[in-house]
Amino acid sequence: MIIDFEHRQSAHCETGVISNLMRHHGLDISEPLALGIGSGLFFAHMPFIKVNGLPVTTYRIMPGDIFKKFSKRTGVEMKREKFSSPEKAMNALDACLEQGLPVGMLTSVFYLPYLPRAFRFHFNAHNIVVYGKEGDDYLVSDPILEKTEVIDRRMLIRARFAKGMPNTNGRMYYPTHVPQDVDINAAIIKGLKYTAKDMGTIPLPIFGGRAIGFLASRVANYDKKYGREEAKKYLGNIVRMQEEIGTGGAGFRFMFGAFLQEASTRLGNPILYKKSLEITKIGDLWRNFAYDCGRMVKDRADGMTYQDLADQLNDIGKKEILFFQSIHKMKL
Amino acid sequence: MKKDEVPQDDENLFEGKFKVVKYAVDEDGKYGTVGSSGWEPENVVLNQAWDEINKKVEETKMKIEAGELSPLAYHMEKNIMDVGMLSQYMDISKRNVSKHLEPSGFKSLDEKTLKQYAEVFDITVQELKKTE
Repeated sequence: MIIDFEHRQSAHCETGVISNLMRHHGLDISEPLALGIGSGLFFAHMPFIKVNGLPVTTYRIMPGDIFKKFSKRTGVEMKREKFSSPEKAMNALDACLEQGLPVGMLTSVFYLPYLPRAFRFHFNAHNIVVYGKEGDDYLVSDPILEKTEVIDRRMLIRARFAKGMPNTNGRMYYPTHVPQDVDINAAIIKGLKYTAKDMGTIPLPIFGGRAIGFLASRVANYDKKYGREEAKKYLGNIVRMQEEIGTGGAGFRFMFGAFLQEASTRLGNPILYKKSLEITKIGDLWRNFAYDCGRMVKDRADGMTYQDLADQLNDIGKKEILFFQSIHKMKL
Repeated sequence: MKKDEVPQDDENLFEGKFKVVKYAVDEDGKYGTVGSSGWEPENVVLNQAWDEINKKVEETKMKIEAGELSPLAYHMEKNIMDVGMLSQYMDISKRNVSKHLEPSGFKSLDEKTLKQYAEVFDITVQELKKTE
């Protein structure tokens, strides 16, 4: 049972799965469009929530929410299921494949044997598409890979029933109705406005553009507060969240730039093209920050201090707030 | 980021299996995608995370040799788990897992529980009792 499914490589798993599944159902959505319509870009720093002892910094909205927002704004109807047992989860998957439906699902990268060793942490929100079955092997379109892969039933069960944050519970999803007359332009505007509002106007310090300045104030004291070795771990974690496979590089800022260019063309709005060049510059600043963090972690900082890194972040934060406020105020 | 600036700092973290996609602009500022074989700062922080894990595994091994911990601790660290996560996989209390991390608690484990632990780590019961 193999479904004719076109695999296209993406920068990020969730946006990649949206794009690939939608194209399969006749809705031509690029990865950047999926990100923009689904309002994927975000920022939050939550020092009181820790994973592996390190505070959470994120450059995106919650896993799964990009797809939810995307569906709502395009009128795509999705069936979402979770299961109490692996048997039920695999039977439901097999039934979908029999009907010729490729299925998206939540997995833990720790249990995906085809991924390189270095990337296999307990990250339980990795999205893949299963599009076929041969004997006990399942055919996988993992959006971050160049080519499709094969995984055996036993390992797929492990990946689908991982424990931790979150428990994956065999979660799977597939479109049940994809309208052929979607008003993409209206969806683009909704997605863009939502991101601009959240990034530009949330008054709390931990969410949105302001949270970048908040993170800066924490980073400035990392070495004093935690000592030199611990501080490096905190710093490394910020960069891992920014660049690791699955975030799309520079914390999504470049993919967002690509979205703005597509939006500019579709809406016939040249200002959005200018905005894409602006966010590209901000993305470059994020890259410089990551680069300097890398030097700090490697003890090759040549006199650079944590205050210097904090200053960089402050600058980025101010620029992002202004950037998103300007889009928030824009008539579209 | 310009297309010709997309980093190709290959440290074999992708094991030569693939390149990742990055969004970057051409000379006119127009976006497209380019494959990347890795980026220095990303490699640094990824290696940093693994060094930390490997360090913990080595420290745990020493504690096991010193009789302070049971071999279970080694497999837990090697699988990047903590007591909380392991208790979820085992569907038993954290307190019980902690007890099994002690040499005496581990020794008194019945065959069924040993097998269950071995399954969580995808190894045999024999392997579970060793630190290799």
